[in-house]
Formats: sequence, C-alpha cells, structure tokens
Amino acid sequence: MPTLIIDGEEIEVEAGLTVLQACEFAGKEIPRFCYHERLSVAGNCRMCLVEVSPGPPKPAASCAMPVADGMEVKTDSDMVRKARQGVMEFLLINHPLDCPICDQGGECDLQDQAMAYGNDGSRFLENKRAVEDKDLGPLIKTIMTRCIHCTRCIRFATEVAGVPELGATGRGENMEVGTYVEKALSSELSGNMIDLCPVGALTSKPYAFTARSWELKKTESIDVLDAVGSNIRVDTRGPEVMRILPRNNDGVNEEWISDKARFACDGLRRQRLDKPYLRKDGKLQPVGWPEALSVVGQKLAGTSGDKIAAIAGDLADAEAMLTLKELMDSLVSPNIDCRQDGTQIGEGPRAAYLFNSTIDGIEDADALLIVGSNPRLEAPVLNARIRKRYLMGGFPVGLIGENADLTYKAEHLGAGPDTLQALIDGSIRFAEVMKGAERPMIIVGTGALARPDGPAILAQSRRLAETVDAVSGDWNGFNVLQRAASRIAGLDIGFRPGDGGRRTNRIIAGAASGDIEVVYLLGADEIDTSALGNAFVIYQGHHGDAGAHRADAILPGAAYTEKEATYVNVEGRAQQTKLAIFPPGEAKEDWAIIRALSESAGKKLPYDSLEQVRARLAEIHPVFADIGEVTPAAWEAFGIEGDIESAPFRNPVTDFYLTDVISRASETMAECTAAARGGNPEKTGTDG
Amino acid sequence: MSAPRGTPPDIPQPESFAFNPEVLEAAETIIAKYPEGRQASAVLPLLDLAQRQHDGWLPQAAMTYVAEMLDMAPIRVYEVATFYTMYNLSPVGENHVQVCTNLPCWLRGSSRVVETCERVLGIGVGETTEDGKFTLTEVECLGACVNAPMIQINDDYYEDLDASSTETILTELKSGETPKTGSRIGRRSCEPIGGLTSLTGDREAGD
Amino acid sequence: MLQDQDRIFTNIYGFNDPFLAGARSRGDWDGTKDILAKGREWIVEEIKSSGLRGRGGAGFGTGLKWSFMPKESDGRPHYLVVNADEGEPGTCKDREIMRHDPHKLIEGCLLAGFGMGAHAAYIYVRGEFYRETEALQRVVDEAYDAGLLGDDACGSGWKMDVHVHRGAGAYICGEETALIESLEGKKGQPRLKPPFPANAGLYGCPTTVNNVESIAVAPEILRRGADWFAGFGRQNNTGTKLFNISGHVEHPCTVEEEMSIPLKTLIEKHAGGVRGGWDNLLAVIPGGASVPVIPKSICDNVLMDFDALREVQSGLGTAAVMVMDRSTDIIQAIARLSAFYKHESCGQCTPCREGTGWMMRVMNRMVAGDASLEEIDILEEVTRQVEGHTICALGDAAAWPIQGLIRHFRDEIEDRIRKRGGAAQAAE
Repeated sequence: MPTLIIDGEEIEVEAGLTVLQACEFAGKEIPRFCYHERLSVAGNCRMCLVEVSPGPPKPAASCAMPVADGMEVKTDSDMVRKARQGVMEFLLINHPLDCPICDQGGECDLQDQAMAYGNDGSRFLENKRAVEDKDLGPLIKTIMTRCIHCTRCIRFATEVAGVPELGATGRGENMEVGTYVEKALSSELSGNMIDLCPVGALTSKPYAFTARSWELKKTESIDVLDAVGSNIRVDTRGPEVMRILPRNNDGVNEEWISDKARFACDGLRRQRLDKPYLRKDGKLQPVGWPEALSVVGQKLAGTSGDKIAAIAGDLADAEAMLTLKELMDSLVSPNIDCRQDGTQIGEGPRAAYLFNSTIDGIEDADALLIVGSNPRLEAPVLNARIRKRYLMGGFPVGLIGENADLTYKAEHLGAGPDTLQALIDGSIRFAEVMKGAERPMIIVGTGALARPDGPAILAQSRRLAETVDAVSGDWNGFNVLQRAASRIAGLDIGFRPGDGGRRTNRIIAGAASGDIEVVYLLGADEIDTSALGNAFVIYQGHHGDAGAHRADAILPGAAYTEKEATYVNVEGRAQQTKLAIFPPGEAKEDWAIIRALSESAGKKLPYDSLEQVRARLAEIHPVFADIGEVTPAAWEAFGIEGDIESAPFRNPVTDFYLTDVISRASETMAECTAAARGGNPEKTGTDG
Repeated sequence: MSAPRGTPPDIPQPESFAFNPEVLEAAETIIAKYPEGRQASAVLPLLDLAQRQHDGWLPQAAMTYVAEMLDMAPIRVYEVATFYTMYNLSPVGENHVQVCTNLPCWLRGSSRVVETCERVLGIGVGETTEDGKFTLTEVECLGACVNAPMIQINDDYYEDLDASSTETILTELKSGETPKTGSRIGRRSCEPIGGLTSLTGDREAGD
Repeated sequence: MLQDQDRIFTNIYGFNDPFLAGARSRGDWDGTKDILAKGREWIVEEIKSSGLRGRGGAGFGTGLKWSFMPKESDGRPHYLVVNADEGEPGTCKDREIMRHDPHKLIEGCLLAGFGMGAHAAYIYVRGEFYRETEALQRVVDEAYDAGLLGDDACGSGWKMDVHVHRGAGAYICGEETALIESLEGKKGQPRLKPPFPANAGLYGCPTTVNNVESIAVAPEILRRGADWFAGFGRQNNTGTKLFNISGHVEHPCTVEEEMSIPLKTLIEKHAGGVRGGWDNLLAVIPGGASVPVIPKSICDNVLMDFDALREVQSGLGTAAVMVMDRSTDIIQAIARLSAFYKHESCGQCTPCREGTGWMMRVMNRMVAGDASLEEIDILEEVTRQVEGHTICALGDAAAWPIQGLIRHFRDEIEDRIRKRGGAAQAAE
C-alpha cells in the first residue's frame, strides 16, 4: 500500500487509487466538475488540480493521476489556489448570468465552487457565447449556453445507459453537446443526466420553474413502480410531491433511478380517489367513511367465506396485505392471491421466487441467460447493473424469448421453452458457455412464468440451473425477475390461495359465474375487471383506474409517498417508504382502512398501531425484522414438472412508461410514450 | 430525410447513400489496414471517400452509411465529421479554393491573394459562386510555408503566389483549363530561388 | 557549415527520382538487413548515443523514447506511429521528405519498428497532403513489391507492415495522443497521461509516436554510426536538421544544416538574407508558431538549437524560422497566431477551450489599440492561467507567442493603445 503525504500528513492508501480519491480519503475536499466516481475519467474540467511532487513544476489533475509511494500532494498551496481560480474564471467567462432564473440554483456545483474560487467581478470584456438549445425529449430541458462541457451526460449515456446518442460536436469554443439528429433520448434512465449535470444545462422539464430546492421538504423513501426498490428522495412542498430524486444505495440502485421512478410523480396528483364511494342506483356516489365501512363490513359479514375473494395489486404494501389476509382468514375465505398477472410462483421455497444472486451480485457473475424477460423495460436500473458487468468484459449473455436491444450484446438463442430444454440437453452451443462459467446466472422473467405452464417452466428453469451448476457454494445464480413491488412481500406473507382456494384466474371466473359474490381488490387494476360478473367489487386504492371504475364500493387509500409502508424488493430486501405528504382528502393509510373494516365486519383485527402490524409481520417472516438486508434463501426443489407448450415467451411490458395506475395517470409518462412512438401525445377533447 | 442537428436545414438531403462499387472496393482496402475489431479506424478515410463521391460534401445519409459500415454509433461519426475541417456538411463548389492566411503566408502577401480571389470570383470568403463552380475558404497553415503565399484547390497546392498568378489560376479554372500546380515562380520545390546553397553537386538533370 | 556529403536528405528538393531506383542510388536500403542483424538493443543504443532528439518540436530523446517500449511483448502487439500531421505554422519539412525522399522514412519505419518490437507502423499524414499521401502510398507499395516490407522484410525474417493513413484537418492531431485517438477513428482529443503511449497507446497497445524526420534520419545514423551524427552541433543538440526559413527573407527555402548553426548564418547563407538587409530585421519566430518570438537583438547571436533558444526564452520547436522585417505589424502577426490556436483548440479542457478564444479577442483589440493599458497585464495573466493547466501542450503553445510579444514588444502595444486613445479623445 503506497504511503503519501497530503498537505503535510502522511497517509497510507490502497494502490490503484487516484490522487483525488486519496485526498478524499484524507478528508481533503477536491473541487471537481467532470469527475464522477461512476463514470470514466475525463480529466477535462481541470478544477481538481493539485500540486504533486515529484513531478513537473505545474499542477496535476488529481482525478486522473494514480497515487505512487512517496508522493507529496498539496491541495491548498498558492499554486493550487491560483490554478483553480484561473479555471473557475474560464468556466465563468462564457457562463450566462442567469442564476436567478436557473432551476439549478441552490444545488449548482458551479455556483458553490464559485463561492470558493470565483472573483467578485469579471475581467472578461468580450461578448459571451450563446449556444443553441437541444431537444432531448419530454424529460430533459436544455439550456446549452450554461453547459461547461464536462461531458458527464455524454459519458453517462454511452457508458451507463448504453445509448450512445449524445456527443460533443464541433471543436474548440464551438464544441456543443448534443445528438446526431433531433430526437428524444431512447433511454429509460435519461433523468439521471439531470442529476449528473453540474450546472443548469440539463434540468428537469416537468419540474421547470416550479420550486426552489431550498423550499422543499426532503423525505427518504423507496420507489415502487418496479420491483427493484430503488432508494429515492421525495421532495415535497406543502401537499405536493414536486420531484423525486435517487438516493445512493450500492446494493440496489447505486445512484440511478429509472425515468418512471423519477418522472411519474405528476401522476400522484391526478385521478386520485380522495373520498369513499358507494354504487347507488348504478352510480358511484361519494359517501362518508362510516357509511362506506358499514356497507362493506355488512357485505363481508353477510357473505359466506368461500364466496369472498381478494386480489392484491402490484403496488400493495406488506402491512395492507397482511391485514387483508388476516381479515380474509377470519372470514374463512381461502380465495386470496397477490399474483394478479397469474404467475404461479411462491408455492415452494423462497429461492424459487427471488433474485437470489442479488443486484450487486450481478457484478460477480460470468455468464448470463435471460428467459422471458426484457430487464431494460422491466427493471432499467437492474439492467444497468447487467450492462456494467458486461462492460467489464468476459460476460456472455444469452436471451430466450422476444429479442430486444438490451443495451448490451445478447445472443438470441430462441423464442420459447424448447430452447430452454435444448440448453438442459446441451444441444446448443450456449449450454457450454453456461457450463463453463464459474458463476453462471439465469434470470427468469414473468414472461416465462405468467402462463398456464408456468410451474413446469419454473421446474425446467431449476433443472437448467442445476445442470449448469448455477447454484454452488455461496453462489446462487438462479433468479426470478419480478415486476411488481408488492410481489415478494405478498408471497412472504402467504397472500396466495389457502386450501381449496382460488387463484386469480379462478377468482375472476368464479365472479363471472356467480360462485364468488364479493371481490376485494387491494389496488388490483391489471386484471380484466370487466369479467367480474355481478360480484360486489370492493376497490381499495389510490387511483381511479380500472378497478375503481368497476367497483361497487371504493375505499380511498394512500399512494407510496403518503404512507409508512414496507415493500420487499426483487432480491428479498425489505425496505420502507416514509410519509412525505398526507393522503389527499379523506384517503387513509391502507392497513388502517382494513383494520377499521374488520371491526365493522365483526372480525376486529388486534392492531391499533403500525408498530403492532409490523411486529406481526416480523413474526410471520424474518425478512420483515431485518429492514434493508438480504438473507440468502435456501436451495430446495421447486416447480411442478408437467407438460410445456412450445409457444414463445411474451414480454409482459410493452410500454415502459405506462405500467401502473400512477404512471398511467402521469401526463409526463404519456408524453414519453408519444415521443418514443415518434409523435405527439394524443390530444383529447378536454385539452381545449 | 432530415438534416443532422446543427447543419443548415434548408440543404436538400438525399434519401439514401451507398458507395459505388469501385469506392466500396477502396473502402474495403482501407478497412483491411486495421486490426480486426478496430474498423472504426477507417472512419476518417471512409468519410473522405463518401465526400468525394458526393460532390465534395457529406449528407446525413452518407454519415449514417459509414456508421453502419463500421459498426459505429452515428453520433460518434457525426462528432468526427464536425471536428475535422476537411469535411463539408453542406455543398461546396466544384473548385474549393482554400487560401492559407496563417503567419508565413500573411507575411508574404496572402491578403492580396484573398482580395484577388474575391475580386476574380465575385464572392466573399465562405461563399460559393452562383454557378456552383467555386467556393472560397480561408484556412489555417497548409504546410508549404517556404512557398508562401499559397492556396489549395481541391487536392492540389499552388505556391509562391501573387495577385497576378492567383488571377491566372482562377481564370484558367473558369475556362476549364488545368492550371500548373506547385510553384508559380519557377522553383522545383522548396529550394532557394536565388541559386542552390546546398546539394549543388548531384543534380541528375536540370529542371 | 555542413557539407553535402554529410547531408542525409540528398533529394529534399526533388530534383532526382524519389522512388526506389533513385533512392537506392542515394544509398537508401543499403545493408538494411545487416543493420537488423545487429539486433534490437544495438539499434536503440545507437540512436541513443547519436543524441538524436525528436524532430517534431518537443525534442525528447528519440532513442530513449524507443527504449520505453516493453522489451518483451505481453501478448499485445507493439505499434510504431509516424507523425506526419505536419501543421505547425512555418513548418514544411516532412512534406518534402514524403514527396522527395520517402524511402528514408519507409526504411526508418522498418528499423525503428524492429527496434521497438513493432510489426506494424502507421504513418498518419495530414489530410491536406493528398498528393504527398499518393506518393507515399506508391513508395510503400513498391517497397512491398521489392520485399523490403512484408512478412520477411529485407530478408531479415522480421515481419513489418507499413500503412499510410490520412487525417482530415486538425492541427491538434499532431499531439501524439490526439493522433492516436484520431487513428482509432475518434475526434483528435489528447489523452490524459499517464498512461503514456509506450504502455497503452494505439488500441491500448504499447506505441511509440515519432516525427517523420526523426524516423527518416534513423537509417543514415545507423549506417554511418552514432558518432558521425553526434559530431554535428553542440553537445546535447547534435546532428543535422531540416530548417524551414519563411517570411521576410530574400529566398525562402528548406535546407538541411548542422544543429547549432547561428540563426544569422542560416538566414544569410541559405535564404539570401533578410529582406532589406539584416538591420531591417524586426524579429524572428525561430521554431514554429508555438515558440515565443525573439527580437533582432537576440537574433544577432543566437544559435539554432534546443538549449540556446531555451536560454533566450524561446525554443527550437520544429526549426521553422519565420522572419519578420521592420514593416511587420508584430501585434497583428501574433494575433494571427492567436486566431490559429483558437481555431485549433480541440475544446476538451477548460483553460484552452475558453482561454484561446479570450486571448484571441483581446489580441484582436490590441491590434487596433482598442484596449486599456491594464489589459496588457490581464492578457499576460490569462496566458499564465492557460499555461501548464491543460491536458496537452496546445494551451502552452497558445500562451507562449503572446508572452513573447509582451516580453519584447510591450512598448509597441502601449503606443498603439495610447495612439488610439488619443485619436478617440481628439474625435470627441
């Protein structure tokens, strides 16, 4: 380990670090604009200059200089200060003086550094440069005159997002960041460039001119619009979510979030269910909570348990599912299911439905097979981790199912289960790749499992995993890629049919035939709600989407930004959202609604506080006692051998931007969909 | 087809572009110079071939074509096309008259060469004659400094110029003749005009 | 004074046949196989002891540079890259080598390539040299046909390929890492160093980039011996050198002379003297646009070599001598160079991208006297803020001419500002 002297203090650091990293390690702050620890080193801004000896008598860019034993570094000498002041002056001469109207104000690196290294006046008497703004689509607003050419956005697009669409054209002072032809960026991660931009050149278009960073209340929370469980910060002002930003979590999302996680938040303001409704004379009428609870309670109490059913949707939290399950248990109804897409998983051991390798573990794998999934659309941040691993080299990727551009090279092996079998039989070349790998990885998507022969495909996938030794020692390369934030918690709680109970499709069939008389939809909107026959439908949720339209009773719940709730991500990692704003109108936290309902149904649940519910969760499954952590799941047999149809796998997500009630209510997401299709959003009559 | 961002939108962009068979052969020869998987190395020469085939300028279709041929992201090709001065992203005249005005040429009268070009061609620097025969550009040092002032027209250098020799060259081009390239004061190349001061002994034949 | 028998480039003016027959008659490719037989070490050592310093401007020891290449290949190929992106204003020597004495360069590629364990050389020629590229390609082709290059170059058993690659117009590609980037098919933006090309250059492989002249003189040095070459010039500044003399001289020309020749002798003997006589001299830029200008008083005695010119705060650079007589507007002359650097800045790093434009604009106002006296110092400071703070040397190159101007011609700038100020007042 090299020892160096930084500002007179001796320090030992890991070999291979840069001087900048060593300085940080020594607690010295080094200003920078272009350097970013998750991107390649560009060394172009020249702000991180330090004095290094031995070496030439001029300052060195610390971000690009590797440490060496015996090196002496000065981070605050006259030479360094002068050099940085010079760079700062150069950055400012052509930077516009529009800070008062710049959305970056208050969180601008250039502004902050100018406080330390800037002059109070300008010696630049020439005209400032003006640069044409670029159209990067509905999410990113550009004011390119502010650009300081750090190229972080270019490097992010090229390296992390895997969409090499941004570049720096021209040269010298005429160099401009932009695209080839005017076109929205084709990335599901593009919003991260806004965070990366150290100035106000790239800002959030939907958030433009709506708030100042310092007037926002910041709440640390979890995203639920896919199953990754990206760590987020919810920025609110009064009763409104103004924007959503990523929080760093190396195990989960590093510091990225998907464009849906970031930009669907305007959907939280639209189509909200803010009061209870009951269908009277064929029309939904607003009512008070007492009436709603009493009518629904009586309905439940007055119906035989086997004629009641409950389906939990993709955004349901663990607390709500637990209380609903226990209510259904007390009503003696075995007809509950949290798998509204019909996937038949969760019957066996936990390893059968988790992303066992963990997201971080992707980086340890040395071969990958993707079955019936498009991770780019189903879990963009997880897909970025696959790409990160791919860029390290030596990572063959095979794909069975619909072929797609995943942002890394994937060999398309086939379309359906036959190819999976061929891999087990070793009759195609990729079988050798998987067998030859030390830590092979298999990702099975819901596109392969959400079909009638799903249990058999699950068994087949397990056999493949065992054939190629994907599970050995402390490596578990078998992974199911869930799409719904609610799913793992639902399965961990056991929100699935009890003895003789009905699965989602049989609940729907039962409702159609009249065998099921009451259907309780806990935020379940992705089923065919028109097929529920004459059943009395209770919809508990936060958006007026498919479920609410069909409902006979609506119990307004809270969205994920409006409650303290537990979700278990795709890896089996329990994480909790925090209440950032209160639910709108009369809407309430979901577990509390069910607790109240249980009382009016005469089956009062023993919970008076969130803590009591959570204590019960922890009793049921240890995952709920270990927030933030992942415990490896034991490997046991799972799946049900059976006939397999050779029909090709179909990917579940066709439109990344519109997958749930929140994103479907978001105007921003609608614009993204339109831009991705190459047109304008459809105008409706109400647009004026 | 739309124009690449940053280029004048009013230029008619062809719908498609492909190398002629003989150009394709040349392109393949060039690509073969570089190790396997390093075919992007050929992007500069291939863009040059494309430009030569397409009347001296690069439309979007040509850049996209080269990008596809070399398995490069189009933006990377566009970066290259906008970085190097020899690529023209809008049409140029049949004769691209490039006058060096850098210091050695300026010291020996490049301003008069520019004036002469403007007068004879009837256009300013950066402009193209209406008949599309000439484009006049001011360029940086072309590396013929002891033969200053000089101009490059398409692939050829014309050196040791003054107003009158410049006018002769342009007039000849106008009337379809081929002007003599190189020095216009009777030098072989870069030897001192006043008589050789070195290498006096081994001249095989007089010039 | 150098005798013709000691000149390396005996066809630099192109009076004789530049192609293989002519080249052979001038001694090229004579005993190449025998030189190769002396081994890699010997070649590198011989070049080292000849004292040859890189002819592209920086003057780094050529043999030393070759010795940085790994002795054993780790599996990655080694590359020789020849920098023929000649574009430093005032410089036009490599062009003459390529079109009139090209076999020296090709033979040099084989010997240097062998010396550094490279089986492939790329000659990167500036795009504007179309005819020169044609000539060079013809020469490469005939060298292959004659078995001088290829799988068994000169019958030595060494495989050597030489490829000619044309650029497309960017001065910055003369910087060795920008050239490598360009050769890889990218914009010519200099790389951060370390790693240096000898460790990770072209395609991430060990690479040495040498100027055309450095490579082209190597065969003759190896044939005649290091001592012969080291016998010219002063210590640490040895050998012969191509000089380009342009500007206000009677007979602008290119000539091969001994290193350390007095500037005045060089100009008077070969270029017919300064226009209007030596006393009509105002200043000289002695080594291409990047080096600071020196006034007549220094020109009177200075020697043309690396050390002597560094002592007078200028440099030998490419040995491109730009002569300016008393009729020259020296401020405008330097302003023209500022415009050049602004035009050629790649735009990658902040001080150069922003500084070159700033300096050019202030210089343009200085030409007209449209500035305040304080701005001279501000301009000086701006050059210091660029100098030494950039990724490559273009920033320094943009700064130095202005520093030279202010150092030697501050009075001129002040006079013009005062005159303009006076004129402006009179007009009011």
